[in-house]
Amino acid sequence: MNKLQNNKAWLFVLPVFALVAFNAIIPLMTVVNYSVQETFGNNEFFWAGVIWFQDILQSERFHASLGRQAIFTASILAIEMPLGVAIALTMPRKGPWVSVCLVLMALPLLIPWNVVGAMWNIFALPDIGFLGHMLNAIGFDFNFTRQPGDAWFTLILMDVWHWTSLVVLLAYAGLSSIPDAYYQAAKIDGAGSWAIFRYIQLPKLSRVLTIAFLLRFMDSFMIYTEPFVLTGGGPGNSTTLLSIDLVKIALGQFDLGPAAAMSLIYFLIILLLSWVFYTVMTRNEEQ
Amino acid sequence: MGLSWMAWTWPTAAFFIFIACCLGTMTMLELRNPGGAPRDGVLGLTTTRGDRLFIWLLGSAFIFLAWLGLVSTLLWAPLAIAIVYGVLVFRYV
Repeated sequence: MNKLQNNKAWLFVLPVFALVAFNAIIPLMTVVNYSVQETFGNNEFFWAGVIWFQDILQSERFHASLGRQAIFTASILAIEMPLGVAIALTMPRKGPWVSVCLVLMALPLLIPWNVVGAMWNIFALPDIGFLGHMLNAIGFDFNFTRQPGDAWFTLILMDVWHWTSLVVLLAYAGLSSIPDAYYQAAKIDGAGSWAIFRYIQLPKLSRVLTIAFLLRFMDSFMIYTEPFVLTGGGPGNSTTLLSIDLVKIALGQFDLGPAAAMSLIYFLIILLLSWVFYTVMTRNEEQ
Repeated sequence: MGLSWMAWTWPTAAFFIFIACCLGTMTMLELRNPGGAPRDGVLGLTTTRGDRLFIWLLGSAFIFLAWLGLVSTLLWAPLAIAIVYGVLVFRYV
């Protein structure tokens, strides 16, 4: 049977295209233009070629930021994914506690990002914050404003607190969609808890976990507000992630050329990862 | 209001004209042969011609970045590599 092709439907896309042109394509073009020039303000530009790209790609500072970003993303994924699944497994599937658990889990996701950063900043202060004060009271020398290890600990703890709920909710939705017949069959076969998890729940969760993984990866790779409010990238540069470094170069130093080049490199990394993840997701769906 | 705030240069304008030409060509091909000509390539992916263009452009960007980061700012060699890469992508991916 011949499939009918009606390309007139593309006309309906034109308004969206116009909107995207103004809020994405034109700014992107401007960034590309800035990335090959130098400016000292007053709307005057001087050709610089691809030197900013080379500077950024060869700079220790960029490598360090990218490394910190990779470590941060890998750390939170390694914690949030298994923790989210574990919490979802312990949540009730029926009864009045379901709603309570779901609301409690959703609460951190409803808090604005800058508020999360401010909350944890106060919470972890060594003198007046509950977390900082308690850790010092039990013998730890904790001060996230001075010690890089403590800053990383607080940063990761904050992200885990804020975003594990997303994994929990997605995993819970996946678990809820498994028919009872699977569990009944497993019971007849005498399967234990581990066997049920390994051979029934985990395979059935694979699609939602892929989505959760991708969402958390992309969000954490672009994270800015929470670490900026919590630590400002410090102490020193120890928690300066890529986005914070970019803003420092663009607004702090007003180096628009290097900042534009770094923006494009950052954008290309995210674009590549997005494509890889999209491909993985759609392949999984096809299989 | 002019476009001076966008800081246009001829090389960047040429780059965007090239991208626009690629998209225009894809649109023309789609109108003449609808469906995107999907096929299974060497990567085990089902790709349309639009996917292949995207893979080529994105891969080429990383070829240029790798050259800039590791070798020099002379870009004729990565341009040649990107063209060869493009031929391979449109032929086999």
